[in-house]
Amino acid sequence: MEIPYTYKPRPDTGLYNAKVGIWLFLASEIMLFGALFSSYILLRVQAPMGQWPTVAGAWPTGLLNIPIGTFNTAVLITSSVTVVLAWAALKMNNFKAFRRYMVVTLVCAFGFLGIKSYEYNEKFTHYELRLKSGEAYTGHIEVNGKHAGFWDFGSIYNLARLEKDQVAEIKFTADPPKPKPGEKHAEGAAHTHEVKTIKREDIAKLDAFILRNHTFFGIYFVITALHGLHVLGGALVLGYFAFPGASMWKRNPEQFANRIEVAGLFWHFVDLVWIFLFPVVYLL
Amino acid sequence: MSLKAFHVVFIAASVMLCLGFAGWSFGNYRELSSAKDLYWAVASVAAAVGLLVYGRYFLRKLKNISYL
Repeated sequence: MEIPYTYKPRPDTGLYNAKVGIWLFLASEIMLFGALFSSYILLRVQAPMGQWPTVAGAWPTGLLNIPIGTFNTAVLITSSVTVVLAWAALKMNNFKAFRRYMVVTLVCAFGFLGIKSYEYNEKFTHYELRLKSGEAYTGHIEVNGKHAGFWDFGSIYNLARLEKDQVAEIKFTADPPKPKPGEKHAEGAAHTHEVKTIKREDIAKLDAFILRNHTFFGIYFVITALHGLHVLGGALVLGYFAFPGASMWKRNPEQFANRIEVAGLFWHFVDLVWIFLFPVVYLL
Repeated sequence: MSLKAFHVVFIAASVMLCLGFAGWSFGNYRELSSAKDLYWAVASVAAAVGLLVYGRYFLRKLKNISYL
């Protein structure tokens, strides 16, 4: 049995069926990400005023790596350009150019995920430290002379774990203080990275920048990980069409071009989510 | 909406992001006088112009493809 309207437009909608289907799916995705964006904004506006970590519940700002986030934004914009050029190449009967553009798209997709995993690792190894004396810092720790490895969940510490492992003291390297508004920024000035030895009994709270630490990290990891899963899903579909699924081009070129268009629509949606996510999470 | 139309929307959103980022960087430059922020602002404006030029090229290249 032949499936109708895979490439011919349906008379009542004027579109082939897959295009109607992908737009219905994207409408549900808009609701999903819309709910998460709303949650982010509500959590943020309800957070107490002040500078985190000095004020415990305040909203942390300036913790994310903006140059890396900007680079990743450029990578995703490039991938959207190449996926649309791949589709255009099929429309112009140029399969070689299609495959070339698809390979660049895949490199961008996996490049984005690689960079994001590096950024996640930066957070897993970064700590909030509160002392019983009331002082609060952010920085990096060294326990028993060891730093955490890449995505090394086994070396994420908190106070309970220090007690369980009977760690008497840790070495803590505090982040340099942020320049205040109006304060001239000395270019190339060396930041002091003073290493302090902190006794366990002086610590009131120690936790890495992970979900349980703060609502900011909770919503940040949920939104960006969900977005990352969409990137991975999209990349797998595009990879399938670029290589094993490309044999359809010989059997039914029009339907194949439509499949690339539908995959491209999904890819554009994923990239558009990032276009909104980047300024909201990284810059504001 | 076809991929062509969605791409135009995407490029328009990207141009706005670049201009917004340029404004944000320039605001930081005025506040902290860090030359790095000024470079970011200039690079963002250049990226916005580059995207506009690309958008024009794209519309010319795909002029025979429907927006639907």
